[in-house]
Amino acid sequence: MSSARDVTDQTFEAEVLGSTKPIMVDFWAEWCGPCRAVSPILDQIATEHADKIDVVKLNVDDNPETAMKYQITSIPTMKVFQGGEVVKTVIGAKPKPALEADLQEFLA
Amino acid sequence: MRDVVIIGSGPAGYTAAIYAARANLHPMVVASSVQFGGDLMNTTDVDNFPGFPEGIMGPELMTQMQKQAERFGAEIVYDDVTSLELAGPIKRISLGNGDTVEAKAVIVATGSEYRKLGIPDEDRLSGYGVSWCATCDGAFYRQKVVAVVGGGDSAMEEATFLTRFADKVYVIHRSETLRASAVMQERAQRDPKIEFIFNATVAHIYGDDLVSGIGIVDTVTGEERTLDLSGLFIAIGSDPRTHVVHGQLDLTSNGTIAVQGRTSLTNLAGVFAAGDVIDPTYRQAVTAAGSGCVAALDAQHYLESLPQEHAAASQHASD
Repeated sequence: MSSARDVTDQTFEAEVLGSTKPIMVDFWAEWCGPCRAVSPILDQIATEHADKIDVVKLNVDDNPETAMKYQITSIPTMKVFQGGEVVKTVIGAKPKPALEADLQEFLA
Repeated sequence: MRDVVIIGSGPAGYTAAIYAARANLHPMVVASSVQFGGDLMNTTDVDNFPGFPEGIMGPELMTQMQKQAERFGAEIVYDDVTSLELAGPIKRISLGNGDTVEAKAVIVATGSEYRKLGIPDEDRLSGYGVSWCATCDGAFYRQKVVAVVGGGDSAMEEATFLTRFADKVYVIHRSETLRASAVMQERAQRDPKIEFIFNATVAHIYGDDLVSGIGIVDTVTGEERTLDLSGLFIAIGSDPRTHVVHGQLDLTSNGTIAVQGRTSLTNLAGVFAAGDVIDPTYRQAVTAAGSGCVAALDAQHYLESLPQEHAAASQHASD
């Protein structure tokens, strides 16, 4: 099963900002319970909508530069980037149908 | 058809599952897709659950309860209830994945959800400095100034936890007396980073993209002043999570599901309720667990009282 891959401070620019396809970044950390809860749901979305949207994960502990740049103050935070810009922000763990509804414009 | 479906996976839900599974009722636990394990998943040390003299981490405790339920055959489903039909002898539970499960008995152990302050900009700045989860978000406030609103155990725990990161933590409480237990109060009051502001309510949250400050009003003098800070953690309690049973189960004036006396019996036969969703008063992990036990025993008694042929037929159907 394909699932969301990791990005880092070093690869963020090339992999996320340079992506032409919509790409959702999951800002998460090991110690965050809701992050662990939502993680398998994001993997499912990555697999089921692979043609529409890429999903990647950024560990905020290991990659503080990017987390700070995007002013992350709450995790999980999911940000969709398109053409190097943030076009959507979703905060907090949500059930799959609710997440898919938030992302509808990218999944349709 | 199932004998019993348990909705919720906090201490009440899992304890009900342990008892129901040990009674060979093969319970299904609808655990929720993202909030499984309940409120304790967002806590750190649990020092008041009997049997753990050194304390135990909240998520660890819930994982242990889950394993104990699974050991006796409980089936855990990580999904959410979208609707319920509770009135007839056959209960129908619809799930987020589109499935509908039928059961003879249902135990509602849906717990509670965080209460909001209900002030302007609270929703807009939620996730941008306004938080309900110190353990999730505390680390983003290294060397910052933050405030916790509330006077109960969870407010004390959040404040104490936040001192690991923040330079200063205000605790803002609307009255002069804290509801928190003595040991939690003392721990917070001893902490040099924590400053208590009593008799104050939060009236405003300031900030464009991120929280930059709050306006607090002195409840005695009516004076308002501004505190510059980066994070506001709201811990003013919670309300019973009853939306899936609205219009079907009777509620009390507190908003909890009404049960008969010390039992878990609701107004509908075969529907039982347990944990924080029926408890406006105590709301502890251990009282929720006890309540879950009561519900499982009540459900077991109810199932035994059903006509025998019905029981035999369903036994066959579930093979």
